[in-house]
Order: sequence, then structure tokens, then C-alpha cells
Amino acid sequence: MKRILVCVKRVIDFNVRVRVKPDGSGVVTDGVKLSLNPFDEIALEEALRIRERGGAQEVVAVTIGAADCQQQLRTALAMGADRGIHVVHDGGVEPIVAARVFLKLIEKEQPFLVILGKQAIDDDNNQTGQMLAALWQRPQATFASKIELTDTTARVTREVDAGLETLEVDLPAVVTTDLRLNEPRYVKLPDIMKAKKKPLDSLSPADLGVSAGARVKLVKTVPPAQRQKGVMVKDARELVAALRQRGVL
Amino acid sequence: MTARVLVIAEHDGVKLNASTAKCVRCALGIADAEVTIAVLAADGAAVAAQAAQIADVARVLRADRPENAHALAAVLAPQIAQLAGPYTHVFGPSTTFGKDLMPRVAALIDAPQLSDIMAAESATRFRRPTYAGNAIVTVEVDAGTKVVATVRTASFEAAPAGGSASVETATVDVTLPTHTRFVGVSAASSDRPDLQSASRVVSGGRALGSAENFSIIFGLADRLGAAVGASRAAVDAGFAASDLQVGQTGKIIAPELYVAIGISGAIQHLTGIKDARTIVAINKDAEAPIFEVADVGLVGDLFTIVPELEKLLTA
Repeated sequence: MKRILVCVKRVIDFNVRVRVKPDGSGVVTDGVKLSLNPFDEIALEEALRIRERGGAQEVVAVTIGAADCQQQLRTALAMGADRGIHVVHDGGVEPIVAARVFLKLIEKEQPFLVILGKQAIDDDNNQTGQMLAALWQRPQATFASKIELTDTTARVTREVDAGLETLEVDLPAVVTTDLRLNEPRYVKLPDIMKAKKKPLDSLSPADLGVSAGARVKLVKTVPPAQRQKGVMVKDARELVAALRQRGVL
Repeated sequence: MTARVLVIAEHDGVKLNASTAKCVRCALGIADAEVTIAVLAADGAAVAAQAAQIADVARVLRADRPENAHALAAVLAPQIAQLAGPYTHVFGPSTTFGKDLMPRVAALIDAPQLSDIMAAESATRFRRPTYAGNAIVTVEVDAGTKVVATVRTASFEAAPAGGSASVETATVDVTLPTHTRFVGVSAASSDRPDLQSASRVVSGGRALGSAENFSIIFGLADRLGAAVGASRAAVDAGFAASDLQVGQTGKIIAPELYVAIGISGAIQHLTGIKDARTIVAINKDAEAPIFEVADVGLVGDLFTIVPELEKLLTA
């Protein structure tokens, strides 16, 4: 079966204004809206489009997280993934641990393509896809804005600092998504109902023989330094004068 | 214990990228650090010579292989993994080059990676932004843990020139994969200053309304000798090329002067500019969040103000 594995993560919704806890132990998560990581939604959308074009037969969505992350995995199924795998683990995992978990699932599922977001918008690590590709000893094409598939290769356009770079990689491969790859579809109510009946497996990192131990300790979390509010000017002439006075013109 | 830091040079085969000297500055912030720069290229002579001129660098390792003609993570990472043996830290810039490459290195040598570090408090303790810069975390690894990191270049001045490090040839004996091939790169070729390193940047947002209108941003930028940037909204709308995007998911920059025109100031955009020395905002909405961070703000119609500015700057 031609299969695509899509890795998704639950994060604080991108519309939420994140606040740091006063005791510095982290950010406020109580009562905060949680959603699929936007880059992972783009990854899932791309996998679904490939399947809809006949380029794949099955799309499997996989997540690592606490028991109630099942809700976001159901959202992935409602978007159109055929089945879900939930690796249940309380608390965060480091990218290398996530990569080890995904590698075990790859060995089981034998996908020809793994797609995931370039980064999760909580930890902003931008590591998991690259680490997975390294452990799997397969190509990586990160920050993708276009994916063209043949039977044996993928031609991927990447958003890099210099412009748009194109790589050709042999399959199987790992692709991480950038913002402009596609615009994810909205989930419709009947699809939410249908998703409840789709298969969803649960297992633990230990079931896969992966230790979730952490090597990076969080010491403290603080809000960013605020910039001082500046001056308002009333026209272009005053603006130029203000900049000359500051010595920047 | 001396920290032995290996900095991976970013370059285009001819010229060393300024991000490398910023990584060196970050590395030298660790007490007793000894910094080595690794240049992986097809022919690294010119780039290694430039790297050797960065002050306080102990040595430059030059690893030439024909496969290094283009910076492919899958090709570079196994070589760096082999070079990394004697080092306590391996740093790369938090540019698309480093973001792509360094996690692959970290996985190969089984080291934790710290992304976007904005300060090295010690050899084991670092600060980095999370949640698009809304939370700054201090993180720590056990003493003796090898650390891979990407360095947030906007947080560091480039280390000065004036050094004369020795250049040593490194032989890397490792089979390289052929499963990843460079096809091409299309750059919006430009005579303007490079956005990432420019001392002045003029950016346009959604309020420009069209790609045609966006040309007034280029006009003002040329008048100021500035690079051009754009908000995510302007790029998504097709007004500007993606490599001009400034913000958390685009380029994070620290120019002397940043002029935001018709940009409301979404948090992810502000994350990309908060290290700018002077921020100027021009927007018709007096309530726009950009004014909360602007050093100089002007409320008004950009289509009137920008031509006036151009005229005033010509006079």
C-alpha cells in the first residue's frame, strides 16, 4: 500500500496571546484553546491532496501527547486522514525522542513519504523532521513550498534565505512544510461525525522501545523584554527631523 | 574545562556569510572558549582565508570534497559528525542553512540541540525564544553533554576582523549519500543590500494593496540605501517574494533602522524586528500594534507619506 505518514502536534492555538506564568515555570495553558500545529495542518493537507490525485492510497496521522490530544488527532481524521496513531505520553518530548518514536512507526508502516511541519509553534525547535531523516538515513527536504512526485523521486521547492531552492530526492524521504505550500481545508460537520468511526490506535513510547527521557532541563521562563514606547510625529517632515535628531539619517 | 566550539561556516563557495562571525561572537561568550571554524566546500580556499581573519578564532578546518559544491544537509551532516569528535559544542547560524543542517548533525552524534540561542550564559546554560518570542526560556544540560546549537544571529554583533588563524586541511573519510541532489535556486536577484545583514530595511505590508503598489517600497528603500522586506500578509497576498518575509517564520533581522509601512504589527512580525535599533511605523490605523514598539510613529495614508518622504530625502 502506498502510504504517507503525517506527524502532527497539539499546540496552543496560534490566535492565543501566550502569557508567561508569574512563577517562571512556563506559560499559561489552563483554559487556553489548543489546536493542531498550523505547519502540521499544511503537512496533512498536502498528504490528502497527493492521495486525492492518486499519488497515495493511505494517509496515516500520528501524534505524541497526553490522552486528551486524541481530540486533535480526531480533527486530523476529520480533515481526511484514513487512520490515526496516538503515542500517549504526558508532558513534552524532546525532538530527538519524537524522531525515535516516528522512526519506529516508519519501520512498521513503511511509508514512501513522511510529511510534517517545519516547526511547532510552541517550542519553535525546527528539529524533528531533520532528526528523523538522519536516523532513518533518508533524504530531507525542509521548508517546502512545492512538492512534485514521481514513482521514485520527489522534486521539492524550498523557501531558503537566498530565494527558492529546488532539490530532487529519492523516495522514501522526509519533507517539512513551510507556510505557502497550500491552504488547509476547513473541517465540515459530517466529516467530524465520520472521523469518530475511523481507526485510531493508542500505544506508549515504551511499547515502541523508546525512552522519553529528557536531556535539556528548563530552568525558567520569562516574558520578552519590552521596547520603550516611542514618539508620535504628525507628518513626513517631522519624521525626517526625528530620524536626523537620532542620528539614523 | 575549556569549551571547544566548532562553528560551521555558512558560505556560497566564494564568500563567507556574515552569520559565521556572529556564531563566533556567541561562542566566545562562553568562558575559556576555544573556537574552530569548519569550512566544508568543493574548494574552500577563499572562504577559509576569510574565516581565518575573524578575531580570536583558534583555527580553521578546511574540508574540501566535490560533493560540497552545494550545501545539502544530508551530504554535509555526516562530515560534520566526524569532525565533531573532539569538540564540546557545535554551532551553526539560525539561518535556513543552519536550521536545515544542524538537527541532522545532532541526531547523527546523538547530542541535544538548542535552537535559536540568544545568549550563552555558560558552557551548559543558554537562553532561547519560544512561542514566537513571547516567552524566553533558560535551558540547561548536564556538564559534559555535547551541545549542538543554532545561533540567533540577530542577537549578536559579528566578531571583528583582525585575526590570523591557521588553516588546516581536514580529511573526512566517510561515504556520502547520493539520494539528495541540487537542482537549482531562483533568487530574486537584486543590486539592493541583503535583507539579513542590511543596516537599513524598509518593509511593506498588506496595506500596499498590490504588487504594483509595492514598488513604492522599493523606491523609498533605494533612496535610503536600504534592503526591502515584507510582512507575511504581503507575501501571502503575492505583493512581494517569499525571501523578503520578515518575522518569526521569515527572516529575523536587527538593522539600525527599520521602517514598517502599512504593517499592522502581528506578533510574529514583531518577533522578527525586535532587535532593530530604531523602528519607524507608518500606518493609517492609530491603534495598530506596530505603534507599541515603534520609536517613531506616524499615523496617515502611506500613499501620501511615502512620496513626501522620498522628496524630503532627495532634497
